[in-house]
Amino acid sequence: MNEQFNGSQLVVKALQALKVKYIFGYPGGSVLDLYDALFQQSDIEHILVRHEQAATHMADGFSRSTGEVGVVLATSGPGATNCVTGIATAYMDSIPMVVLSGQVPSNLIGDDAFQETDIVGCSRPIVKHSFNCRNASEIPYVLAKAFYLAKTGRPGPVVVELPKDILNPNQYFDFNMPSEIEMRTYNPKVKGHPKQIKKAVSAILGAKRLVIYSGGGIILSDTSAQLTQLVESLNAPCTNTLMGLGGLSGTHPNFLGMLGMHGTLEANKAMANADVILALGARFDDRVTNNVQKFCPDATIVHVDVDPTSISKTVRAHIPVVGCLATVIEQLQDAIDASKDRIDRGAQEDWWYQITKWREQNCLSFDTAGEKIKPQEVVRKIYDITKGDAYVCSDVGQHQMFAAQHYPFKNPRQWINSGGLGTMGFGLPAAMGVKVAFPLKEVLCVTGDGSIQMNIQELSTCLQYGLNVKIISLNNRSLGMVRQWQDMMYEGRHSSSYMESLPDFVALAQAYGHIGIRVDSRSELDAALEKAFSINDRLVFLDICVDESEHVYPMQIKLGAVDDMWLKKGVQA
Amino acid sequence: MRRILAILLENEPGALSRIVGLFSQRAYNIDSLTVGTTDDQTLSRITITTHGDDRVVEQITKQVNKLVDVLKVLDLTDMQHIERELLLVKVYARDEQSRAAVTRVCDVFQGQIIDMGKQSYTLQMVSGKEKIESFLDMLRHETDIIEVVRSGTVGIGRGDKALRN
Repeated sequence: MNEQFNGSQLVVKALQALKVKYIFGYPGGSVLDLYDALFQQSDIEHILVRHEQAATHMADGFSRSTGEVGVVLATSGPGATNCVTGIATAYMDSIPMVVLSGQVPSNLIGDDAFQETDIVGCSRPIVKHSFNCRNASEIPYVLAKAFYLAKTGRPGPVVVELPKDILNPNQYFDFNMPSEIEMRTYNPKVKGHPKQIKKAVSAILGAKRLVIYSGGGIILSDTSAQLTQLVESLNAPCTNTLMGLGGLSGTHPNFLGMLGMHGTLEANKAMANADVILALGARFDDRVTNNVQKFCPDATIVHVDVDPTSISKTVRAHIPVVGCLATVIEQLQDAIDASKDRIDRGAQEDWWYQITKWREQNCLSFDTAGEKIKPQEVVRKIYDITKGDAYVCSDVGQHQMFAAQHYPFKNPRQWINSGGLGTMGFGLPAAMGVKVAFPLKEVLCVTGDGSIQMNIQELSTCLQYGLNVKIISLNNRSLGMVRQWQDMMYEGRHSSSYMESLPDFVALAQAYGHIGIRVDSRSELDAALEKAFSINDRLVFLDICVDESEHVYPMQIKLGAVDDMWLKKGVQA
Repeated sequence: MRRILAILLENEPGALSRIVGLFSQRAYNIDSLTVGTTDDQTLSRITITTHGDDRVVEQITKQVNKLVDVLKVLDLTDMQHIERELLLVKVYARDEQSRAAVTRVCDVFQGQIIDMGKQSYTLQMVSGKEKIESFLDMLRHETDIIEVVRSGTVGIGRGDKALRN
């Protein structure tokens, strides 16, 4: 007779079979049996957070940095609902994640039992799929399916609800792990249609002003090297979205910088003036396009994406190609290499000449004349100190844009931020997740005085697990991005955008057992950074007092075209 | 423009809520929705009538297709098809005059009287949306309507064309 296992053990066995090394979670009544099973094994380490939202962001950061599925475990009711923001964050950025949620015993479901919430219902609009697991014997199959769905096609979060009775330690079952998953209703398209590839290649090679616009899909599909080869073989200018930074190295000569709302002048100008745009794993988000009616009117748009719903959702694609980027880029590259046609080098030279003129405007320059520290200069100094090699995890707001603009990312998965949902409080737990995956690497959390307070309790988790990230808080005593919009669009009425009674962050870091360093003036900055980066065995919280009046520029002008931009206060492009 | 979508999906708990949720989440319209199992007990078939411009309908079709439970989606409006809806309607029929009038309307529209009470008739009609609406208009003209029950549209392709696994 086969060895048999109880439901909780089946969960653990299945996770082991799926090669899970870490679970981020928080125990509670409905999952106590599962926690007991986790306690009695050593293959999987459980990281105890201080709030379930942080567990989801940690799993998310772990996934974004490694490409593996992040795993979360929460109890029923409030444990599960605390995960909702993190699930939505992962959903918007297509991050593979499996969230195991406890549930009250099956016979109590629907009775408004203690700590009962319909988490499958709550999370329905923000998951790729979800499962109500109802029999212990099907646990391995459901988990295998959940992981398969989370990581294939367009990745995303999957919720699995486990009622307490199926985790019962006193009922035993066989362990049957499926070797592969086949679903008649789910077959993501891998190969691009040959006719579409042909059309795409003819548009690309016929272009006089080609731009490659690549997004988070390049990062998720690990096709950065292929993208680089394609860019180089065409000598094409290439811009990355916020989610796609690091897809083409930020130091590559063909890189135009980020595009969109706070993109560079050269990137947005190139898009607006392109005759052919090759979009790879990007989704024409409203933070990229600005007014879609005015978006790149003269361009033929070739759009490659694994998810057909992303194509022609906001901007009509002339040549849609549905397929996995790895395969489609290879198809494109092969067809380009095999083609007798060559891109018009003369036209391309003129195009690059034009782009160089835009670049020469140096749109990311900033004024350091005043005494106050500029947030941009902090980011640039951090870039120099870390030689551009650190993992940079960001929260949401001005500091996020400054980091995206001023820290050129050499590699994919190096830049980790909540792009789609814009979740304040993401940065610290995400950085912790990266540090779990790469304990020897420098992992930064670039944040602000607003965002950091949204998951500050995780400083405690950092101490418990020795997660020595560096927190770079660009403290402007206000909700900077909100304040910027109020300055620009509400005549400077700072409604609820300033922070009164900020804590003493140095003392706070120390209270949690870490090192806090406060920087008030430019004269202290270099020494403080040097000190902070010389410490590797402790968490360092750098509380850097920056100029609160600084705005993020360039900035697209509301309702304008992609290249209608403010370059500085009161200066239009 | 009005569209009729036929959807084949896994006959599993939660599958219907995902479809309905998708429509409300993305602000798509549902004019009617019907659901039932098929000859294959593992599959359900949903017929949704909706409306929107071409871009919206294209997105609806793609978004429904993207749901993990969904096997196939077919826009019946793109092809030759048959659509039917079942109407049950209870009307006042208190005197000879109104009974005769209701019976006459029923005859003309090929509806059926399937039940009667002391003061009412219950009628049934199977037809397309337009005819059902004209039928109701005429009944309203002749008497007072007490209760209307409509099944929502179901549809199927003409000829040998079929939507199945």
